[in-house]
Amino acid sequence: MHWESWDSFFKMGGYGFYVWLSFGLTLLCLLIEWYGLRQRSKDLQEHLE
Amino acid sequence: MKILDLLQTLFWRDIQLAMRRQSDVVAVVFFFIVTVSLFPLAIGSSPTLMRAIGPGVLWVGALLSTMLSLTRVFASDFADGTLEQILLSPLPLSLIVGVKILAHWIVSGLPLIILAPLLALQFDIQAKEIGILTISLLLGTPLLCLIGGIGAALTLGIRGSGVLVAVLVLPLYIPVLIFGAGAVTASMNGMDPKGALSLLGALLVLAVAFAPIAIATSLRMALD
Amino acid sequence: MNFNWFLFSSPKTFYPLAGKIAPVCMFLASVLFLIGLYIALFVAPTDFQQGEAYRIIFVHVPAAWMSMWIYLVMAAWSIVGLSLNSRLSFMMAQALAPTGAIFTFLALVTGSLWGKPMWGAWWVWDARLTSELILLFLYIGHMALQSGIENVKRADRAGAIFAIVSAVNVPIIYFSVKWWNTLHQGASISMNKAPSMAMTMLIGMLIMALAFWAYSIGIALIRLRCIIGEREREAAWMIDLREDH
Repeated sequence: MHWESWDSFFKMGGYGFYVWLSFGLTLLCLLIEWYGLRQRSKDLQEHLE
Repeated sequence: MKILDLLQTLFWRDIQLAMRRQSDVVAVVFFFIVTVSLFPLAIGSSPTLMRAIGPGVLWVGALLSTMLSLTRVFASDFADGTLEQILLSPLPLSLIVGVKILAHWIVSGLPLIILAPLLALQFDIQAKEIGILTISLLLGTPLLCLIGGIGAALTLGIRGSGVLVAVLVLPLYIPVLIFGAGAVTASMNGMDPKGALSLLGALLVLAVAFAPIAIATSLRMALD
Repeated sequence: MNFNWFLFSSPKTFYPLAGKIAPVCMFLASVLFLIGLYIALFVAPTDFQQGEAYRIIFVHVPAAWMSMWIYLVMAAWSIVGLSLNSRLSFMMAQALAPTGAIFTFLALVTGSLWGKPMWGAWWVWDARLTSELILLFLYIGHMALQSGIENVKRADRAGAIFAIVSAVNVPIIYFSVKWWNTLHQGASISMNKAPSMAMTMLIGMLIMALAFWAYSIGIALIRLRCIIGEREREAAWMIDLREDH
């Protein structure tokens, strides 16, 4: 742990926008993929009944 | 040699069929000329700029023209049932495919190779580079036909196959484009084009060896 | 141990197995993610030259690795499918493609987001990024081909052939793009100018890569179950399964 404060953590030495957008987009894409598949599965189950 | 006779018959038949549909051939050639002219109109025509973009523009034009003609390779035979007959033949399908691609190249690729030096003059490309351009196209256009043949066979008879062929085949064309145009550019910058040209040659050998097999397999799938 | 490898090679037998494995993978992925993110954001030291922006490599590089690995696995399953004529192998290849495409997309976007603060441009035509872009085209082509053919059997096989042909081409493409780079740029702006790897950075990237890998397997299995369900809906065993609920 080497951050002085939460503030400096969020700012990421001035690069906050790029770093957080990168990590955020990654998480978002994977979550959307997972959620989308769950929907597809649910639709399939409903359709099959 | 009965096999050679059969292949020769096939070859000349394909050539004759293509000759009867001259408008197709002319259209592709015309497309090449017009596309190449679009670039100076879009970018500007200073001599240094022309020389810099010339090889690339000519290569892209040849590539796109070849791609346009791809759907024709198997489409007409597919439509009139000849392809099914060919599949029943005792000849190895890869050989037949090779012959068809050869005929297709002569009709679609060779005109481009003949025209390219003339168009190269529009870009103020020097004689030495024009020679290298011609060699690169001689090696490259058969490559494009072989790779493109795979795309054409995979998408045979599908709706919207024209665009789909492009989507499949253009990424695979990129190394050919890089080495082809790169050979000319290398020479322009004082480097030895032989490296790029030999790579192109190596790719051609690989394609001649393996593409017909892939095409034959794809054709069987399309007709099952 | 005499294990019948072909026991699970039919959709019917693999379907329940996939259902059991997938949640385990997703759980593993979540755990690995948390560990990896912790290392990436808290443990790994600040880079002297690149400041905090370098932390993007903890998602950029693993995503790029996954994008290439998944394409290889797709091609492998395609070969298995064509040689053994097993539907499940083709379905597996189809299940992997979208995930691979997403990782390729992420590799490109995070590459841009890293490149902008580092080299001032949203896009640099460096060999690796350009090859990733072409890989994305290949993924899209594969998916377009499979969805463009109505006959399922033909779609599977056509996709398989394309996967194999394009997988073989990937090293050729990479090599040609590298050559192209040296031809035109000389002094290359290279994404390889990553900071010299401290051990923690390497471990962090590896753990993130493992997290992505576990995630890929889990997600692919979930998608595979959807594909099986959609294709086999009329099969007797599927109907039995439904009636059991």
